[in-house]
Amino acid sequence: MAETSIALNRFGLGAQGGARGNDRVGGDPRRWLKAQFSNYQPQPAMLAALPTRGEIAAQLADNLQAVRAVAGKNAASEAADPRKAMRKEARQDARAQHVAQVGARMRMAVASDTPFIERLVHFWANHFAVSADKLTTVGFAGMLEFEAIRPHVLGRFADMLIAVEQHPAMLLYLDQAQSIGPDSPLGSRVAARGIRKAGLNENLAREILELHTLGVRTGYTQADVTEFARAMTGWTVAGIGRGPAARLLAGTAAPGAFLFAPQIHEPGDRNILGRGYPAAGEAQARAVLADLAVHPATAQHIATKLARHFVADDPPPTLVAKLKAVFLESGGDLPSVYAALIDAPEAWAPAQSKFKTPWEWSVSTFRALGLEDTPDQAVTGMMAELGQPVWRPGSPAGFDDVAVRWAGPDALMKRVEVAQRLAARVNVDARALGPRLFGERLSADTQTAIARAGEGAEATALLLVSPEFMRR
Amino acid sequence: MITRRTLISSSLAVIGTAALPRISFAAGSGGKRRFIFIIQRGAADGLYSVAPVGDPGLRAARGNLVDGVGEGMKLDAMFALHPALKQTAELYKGGEALFVHAVASANRDRSHFDAQNILETGGPRAYAEKDGWMNRLVGLLPAADGKAMALAQTLPAALRGPRAVTNYAPSRLPDASQDLMMRVTDLYAHDTQLRGLWQSALDTRALAGDLGEGAGRSGAATGALAAKLMLPADGVRLMMIETGGWDTHSAQKGRMNGGLNGLDQMIGAIKAGLGTAWGDTVVLVATEFGRTVAVNGTGGTDHGTGSAAMLFGGAVKGGRVIADWPGLRSSDQFEGRDLKPTVALESVIAGAVAGHFALDPAQVARVLYPSLPMSKGIKGLIRV
Repeated sequence: MAETSIALNRFGLGAQGGARGNDRVGGDPRRWLKAQFSNYQPQPAMLAALPTRGEIAAQLADNLQAVRAVAGKNAASEAADPRKAMRKEARQDARAQHVAQVGARMRMAVASDTPFIERLVHFWANHFAVSADKLTTVGFAGMLEFEAIRPHVLGRFADMLIAVEQHPAMLLYLDQAQSIGPDSPLGSRVAARGIRKAGLNENLAREILELHTLGVRTGYTQADVTEFARAMTGWTVAGIGRGPAARLLAGTAAPGAFLFAPQIHEPGDRNILGRGYPAAGEAQARAVLADLAVHPATAQHIATKLARHFVADDPPPTLVAKLKAVFLESGGDLPSVYAALIDAPEAWAPAQSKFKTPWEWSVSTFRALGLEDTPDQAVTGMMAELGQPVWRPGSPAGFDDVAVRWAGPDALMKRVEVAQRLAARVNVDARALGPRLFGERLSADTQTAIARAGEGAEATALLLVSPEFMRR
Repeated sequence: MITRRTLISSSLAVIGTAALPRISFAAGSGGKRRFIFIIQRGAADGLYSVAPVGDPGLRAARGNLVDGVGEGMKLDAMFALHPALKQTAELYKGGEALFVHAVASANRDRSHFDAQNILETGGPRAYAEKDGWMNRLVGLLPAADGKAMALAQTLPAALRGPRAVTNYAPSRLPDASQDLMMRVTDLYAHDTQLRGLWQSALDTRALAGDLGEGAGRSGAATGALAAKLMLPADGVRLMMIETGGWDTHSAQKGRMNGGLNGLDQMIGAIKAGLGTAWGDTVVLVATEFGRTVAVNGTGGTDHGTGSAAMLFGGAVKGGRVIADWPGLRSSDQFEGRDLKPTVALESVIAGAVAGHFALDPAQVARVLYPSLPMSKGIKGLIRV
């Protein structure tokens, strides 16, 4: 029973208290987890109702085009600038797409019967974080998870990496879409005219090395970053970008599609981490990514983050070493790494050492209460109030995965407020729900608090903020 | 501008600790002194906010990106304040604003996350220190001076550590009922971690009262909230406020204008909200590193090294810019791309803290920055 609770709460997204039972875990929790590899659905029906990438991109391109077409400089004052209202409208359009995506993410998580894989999708989306802050990123942030993470969560790390780095959300968020090789055909022409400067933007190249693959302080230098940024030039998004490159590329592909633009690619061979990469157009940066994806530092980085996510803020070195070895032996085959995690005794330690993030706490709350149809806007607002707005970590490093970030006084108070509100909306008997969620792991203090509560909703709220519900 | 020589003699000379007067912790602090650390996350461009318009290298490297930057207040022959910093300019006129330029922390590798960790923990390398320097500062102060809080949804690294601190973010949620809150207290009675956090949450809620609603949505509202939490006799004395959006790889002009305007409003609201207590207040504004001297290919700047730090408050000996200006020619730049740091940010922070709280400067340097080779902070930042 204890292992069933660990499989449901630590590996999964929390036990379900509503109509969907937890009985399917059966007698072998490890087998239940591995069976999810074959039952997982990359594209559930709930995603079909959302606007497609093409629709999002087309609307954004139209809105940006409309803003640019207006001569705002003629306005009497900044307040009278018609572009201001148009930008606001563009932001509202993107915001509506974002909110629909957040709602869909929550519905999939609440209903999922492959919650271990669903949790891994959330893990990878945070590893490859974009933040829905810039106008050009707001509508695409969720699409990165749906289009680049979900199809590859049970594949090879290298394939996920390339899908992410070619996704418009990432190319726009970390400014790659606008980066121009100084000696590329376009770069040279702009320089010759001497009007403005066009050139490299090394933002994405640096974060790929630091955050997505090798990890910080693993030996790469500023020169490696710059060389990699040169190799990455030409990787851009059709129909969205700004500046001379965007004008040049207008109409060459459907808005939002990944595009390799030779006109802005820095010509020549590159040398990165002591290895030569001959000129090869788009394939040059692909070759770099392929090497980075199976680098030992990358294996160490990913193994550490996975172990931290599932086991402890300071993960046991033995577990990290195991996961790293499997990552390297399998060439970054993710299901092999997940299987090693499931088989590791360290992952089944009885103590609940992970403090739930606001997202984890919310998903497990919704699953416990059977709340499958919360309005999109309510989910989005609730996550912002709890301190973890979905796909808006504010930084490419994503949200922290350690208790010191989440276990604060303010966070506790907010969870109590939310628990009270949600508990009032459902008709649940906490005395029956408690054992259903935690079995014999339900503590005496929590049972006492539930038994003494003044009314049913209060008992449910107390269960949702109990120590065992706060951790996994 | 203060020259290299005065700077060295005031901050970097090695003096034996035996020669220094021993200052009692309680001396002179009646719980009146207030200190605020506003962190600019994302690497704010000091060459833009406090622009060295007297250096011809600025326009040479930045072209159009310099346009309009010099239209704010001229601080001295070299520097001009960004025009969005309007209230800040007034403070400068009144001697309550001080800028220190070409500063950097011990970080040199241009990673936001490592550099923020160094700025907040005071370590020589990222993750070398486990606790934050503000948490260690609490240990140096008498209880009346040491109530520390972050206006943030989660506790920032600068405040993390063994001493009791708290955090608070305005909530738009309906308050939990008194009855439920009391029962939660019982529920956490045997959980060491949650019991302490919960008690702290209850204390802060009582202090903030009803002002939490709707606040924290703008620079001005956040500043007003901070002031309200710090004004009472038993209120917060050490406050940390997080600001973001400074990572201007593209479209720097508009983004910096917005960011600096928000910062300006925040400082103005803090001063207005604190009233006469502003006279006993120091506000430190600092970022993890600066940005490249040259404009990049997308109307922005990439990760750099040296930047500017700011000090505001009635207790600040302001109206001046401290800089040992390294110059902006490419041969003057750090690694041929960044503003070369000539002042350690740590010595600015240690100097401001020691001066403001009348603590032994050598001890402050040792406690805040235990592994850095610094005898004490810069002297004379604070009025005595």
